[in-house]
Amino acid sequence: MIEVSGVSKSYGKTLVVDGVTLSLPKGGLTSIIGPNGAGKSTLMSMIARLLPMDAGSVVVDGLDVTNVSGDVLARRLSILRQDNHLTARLTVTDLVTFGRYPYSKGRPTLEDRDHVERAIDYLGLADLRHRFLDELSGGQRQRAFVAMVLCQDTDYMLFDEPLNNLDISHSVSMMKLLRDSARDLGKTVVMVLHDINFASCYSDHIVVMRDGRLFLQGTPTDIVRQEILSEIYGTEFRVHELDGNRIATFY
Amino acid sequence: MPLKFFLPALLLTVILAFVSLFVGVRDVSPLDLFAGAADQRDLMVLVASRVPRTVALVLAGSGMAIAGTIMQMLARNRFVEPSTAGTVESAGLGMLTVLLIAPDMPVIAKMLVAAAFSMAGTALFLSILRAIPLRSILMVPLVGIMLGGMISAVTTFFAYRFDLLQSMGAWASGDFSVVLRGRYEILWVAFALTIAAYVAADRFTVAGMGEDFSSNLGLNYRKVMALGLVIVSMVTACVVVTAGVVPFLGLIVPNVVSMIMGDNLRRSLPWIGLCGAALVLVCDIIGRIINAPFEIPVGAVLGIVGSLFFLYLLIGRRNRVA
Repeated sequence: MIEVSGVSKSYGKTLVVDGVTLSLPKGGLTSIIGPNGAGKSTLMSMIARLLPMDAGSVVVDGLDVTNVSGDVLARRLSILRQDNHLTARLTVTDLVTFGRYPYSKGRPTLEDRDHVERAIDYLGLADLRHRFLDELSGGQRQRAFVAMVLCQDTDYMLFDEPLNNLDISHSVSMMKLLRDSARDLGKTVVMVLHDINFASCYSDHIVVMRDGRLFLQGTPTDIVRQEILSEIYGTEFRVHELDGNRIATFY
Repeated sequence: MPLKFFLPALLLTVILAFVSLFVGVRDVSPLDLFAGAADQRDLMVLVASRVPRTVALVLAGSGMAIAGTIMQMLARNRFVEPSTAGTVESAGLGMLTVLLIAPDMPVIAKMLVAAAFSMAGTALFLSILRAIPLRSILMVPLVGIMLGGMISAVTTFFAYRFDLLQSMGAWASGDFSVVLRGRYEILWVAFALTIAAYVAADRFTVAGMGEDFSSNLGLNYRKVMALGLVIVSMVTACVVVTAGVVPFLGLIVPNVVSMIMGDNLRRSLPWIGLCGAALVLVCDIIGRIINAPFEIPVGAVLGIVGSLFFLYLLIGRRNRVA
């Protein structure tokens, strides 16, 4: 379980995350949604100890992320931020293998190799494995980064906009892959999503943030409602029931 | 790249080193040597000058190339190396300080003072980089070159005041003709540090992916930065103290190797060390031959080769993500 209590963060005088208290259950797929500037990414970075927080605490399975050694946490929780820009020229295989770094410290064992093969396979990167990241398209690169995180094989996986740069078919297979790893492998997947319908169809749990605060949380059935979405985004929404999914339209 | 390329490359470097043993003002013939016909003076030249010089070239070349690579990983910028980051100039300021305060210090102490100065200078450079919010790719070496310019201005001012300009001029351009037995052994320290760099290669690769990636993988980014800083500064100081500034080496070699085989340092670092050694050997041999019996310092030869290559990088990389 991830327990976030009273977490705040400001950049200069702007309060970006304002006293968020939240507990994310173990297992399942949780989406964090909300308008731009709601503090979603900042909150996620603080949960993964990439950003220091001004106040509050985050505890993952009893480990306080600000105190626990980075090494220990790296085997429990992984994060992929958006806009990953690498100066280092690495091949896809190199990058994915570095996902095993918390276990092997750069000297991968046979077991590590298995993890690498599986992750490359899951994300359909077999043909690209010897290519350098700077020779790939944005979507291919995004898949390579996700493969690295899968390879890290942590109980908790955090993704900031994992569908960035992906076309429709890759978006769908990415969401299925992440949902399946939550369902079948007992992983806890938390992601920041912009696409409400992906959040609605694939999440077990939706967290809504607005103006740096926790606005609402619940199941897709609780959250994906005309009046709620219209209020969150300040835009007129219609919500339809289609094949058992709740689909929002706003055009 | 597989072993089958590495061995020929290694052989080529060994041949270059062999050539370096027998090029110079005094003709020492390898045939005489093996036939036992070489006279006492030939042997003397070989043992006291040629062998130390060649060993120094190899150690300095591989050390500077590897130091350049580590700097590029830490600064996450392809255009950075000890002579475009204030490291070399700071080492020079350290040398001047030694000359002013305690000129009779043993070489090892001189090296440590120079290393302390270059560590401070490089740390200053890296903290300036952290403070610049939107850093463009070319801003980074520009900041380094400006910082280096400021530091060497201070050095020149005091050197001028205390009439030491000539001694400072001597190390400003790397020259291996001054290397004699008993005056280069400090470079083995640089060699030990490059071995240490190889042991920690994976850490530097991960650090090269940035602070977020490093933290995610459980690597203590600041510790790796500090380790890299120590290695880069000490290697630079060792080389500067023995032979002077060897410019651009840390820029050319890592970039060429990275273009061909990428930045997984576990794989590329041996290549970088080898190519660094080979390039310095070639430049030094050229410098000895081209204007014989006089010598052109290796720093000058590398300066020409290096600045041309730097221009090529600037122009050629414009349409790529550097």
